[in-house]
Amino acid sequence: MNPFAPAQIQNPNYYSTAFQYDGKSAETRNLKPGEVSTGTTIMAIPFANGVVLGADSRVSTGTYVANRVSDKVAQLHDHIWCCRSGSAADTQALTDYVRHYLSQLAIETGRVPTVKCAAHLMRRLCYENKDNLMAGVIVGGWDPVEKGSVYNIPLGGTCLKMPFAIGGSGSTYIYGLVDAEFREGMGEEEAKSLVKKAISHAMARDGSSGGIIRTVVVKETGNEREYIPGNELPYGP
Amino acid sequence: MSLSLAPGASARATSSATAATERTRRPIVTGTSVLAIKYAGGVMMTADTLCSYGTMAKYKDARRLQSINPKTLIGGGGEYSDFQAITELLKRNALEDKCTADSLYDEDSSEECAREVWNYLRAVMYNRRNKMNPLWNDVIVAGFSARGEPFLGFVDKIGTTYEDNIVATGFGSYLALPILREKYREDMTEGEARALLEDCMRVLFYRDCRALNKIQIAKVTKEDGVLISEPYEIETDWSSASFVAPKGALDGDGGW
Repeated sequence: MNPFAPAQIQNPNYYSTAFQYDGKSAETRNLKPGEVSTGTTIMAIPFANGVVLGADSRVSTGTYVANRVSDKVAQLHDHIWCCRSGSAADTQALTDYVRHYLSQLAIETGRVPTVKCAAHLMRRLCYENKDNLMAGVIVGGWDPVEKGSVYNIPLGGTCLKMPFAIGGSGSTYIYGLVDAEFREGMGEEEAKSLVKKAISHAMARDGSSGGIIRTVVVKETGNEREYIPGNELPYGP
Repeated sequence: MSLSLAPGASARATSSATAATERTRRPIVTGTSVLAIKYAGGVMMTADTLCSYGTMAKYKDARRLQSINPKTLIGGGGEYSDFQAITELLKRNALEDKCTADSLYDEDSSEECAREVWNYLRAVMYNRRNKMNPLWNDVIVAGFSARGEPFLGFVDKIGTTYEDNIVATGFGSYLALPILREKYREDMTEGEARALLEDCMRVLFYRDCRALNKIQIAKVTKEDGVLISEPYEIETDWSSASFVAPKGALDGDGGW
C-alpha cells in the first residue's frame, strides 16, 4: 500500500456531520472499540539555537488512564523530534513511517535532513490518509539551514511553520496564557520554563492530560531530556 | 416558553410527545467516585473535590460529602445539580422532623436514622426512574441504623439499592473495591481505615481521568456524629525508574 497515493474519498456521506447523541464523549466518538487516544497537551517553542518540545504523559481509553507515564515526544532523526497527539496507534505508525523515510533520505542525499522536510513528509502522510487518521503532530528540531524551527500539523494535514505551537485537547486551556507570555526571540531557559508552566496549567484543567511532563531541548550539540514528576509540577494538578 | 421557580418544575412530566425523548437528560457537571467502609468506631467515607464539565476539570472545590443529620452522611457522584437537589431535599426533611418533633429534648427519636434516609432515597430515585427522568446520581448513605449499628447503603439513579460493609461508586467500584475487599477487616482502627481509603483515592487519581488529588474524608461515630474534613491533597509517586526512562528515542521501540 503506497501511503503517498492521493486520497480517495470513498464515503459520499463523509461531509455530513449532523450531531448524533450516541452516549459517547467527544473524545472517544471517533475511536474504534478498544482504541487508545493520547488526549494530550503538547507544545514546542523554537529559540535561537534550537527548539524546546514538551508534552504531558497521560494516555486514556475513555476515562481510564491506560498509561500515566507515556512518552509522547518521539525522535524522528538525530536533531528532529515530534510531539504526538490524537490516536496513539495512528501517531506511532506515522512516526515509524517518517523515521524510515527520513533515514533513507539522509543516506540518499548525504545531508542532514531539514526540519521542513520532516514536517512535510509528516504532512503528506497525514493529508493523503486524512480519512483514516486521527493525529495532530508538532514537528520541531534543529537543522543547519533554519536553525531551530517548529511546524504544527493538526488534524486534516495542514502544515504551518509557527513561532510556537501548542496542540492536543489540553491546548485549548492555555491559549490565553501562552498568548500573554510568549515573546519572539526567547532564550533557551525562558522557552523551557514557559513550556513547563503552560503544560502544567493545561494538565490542571484538562481531564485527558496529566501525569508528568517530558521535555526535550534540541540543539546543534545534542538532545537533552528532562522529566518533571507529577508532584513537582510548576502549577499543581 | 415560561420559566418556573416551582419546586420540581424539571421533574414534572410533560405530556407532549417531543418532550418524552428529552426527559432523560445527559449529565453535564459530574462528580466521580465515592468510597465508604465500616470500621471499629463507625463508618468512614471519602470523595475528591472535583466536578468536571465534560473533560474539563472545572470546579476543584466541590463538596460531594454532605451531612444530613448527626446520624447520617451522604456522598454522591454523577450530575452535581441533582446531588445538590437531593441534599436539599434530605436536609429539608431533617429540619421538618426536628421542628415537628414530639419533644424538644428527645432528639434521637425525631432524627431519621441512616437506614431510613437510604430507604426514602430509594423511593425518590425509583419514582424518578419510572417517570423516565432520573436524578443522575450514585449515592452512598452512611451512618447508624435505629438499633445503633453502623450502616452503609448504596442507591443508584434507577433506584437499585444494596447495603454492605464496603461500597464504592463510579470508577471506584472497578478499581477501589478489589483493594478494599482485600484489606478490609471488621475491627479496623480509624487510622487504618483512613490510610486504606487514601490509598484507594491515590490509585483513582492515577487511573481515572476525572479524578483529582484533593480529597475529603468524613466519618460518622456515635460520640461525635458526622465529621467532614476540610479538603486536603494526597501525595502521589512518580519516581519509579521505568517511568523516567523514555522510549521515544531512535534506538527505542518508539512505543507509547
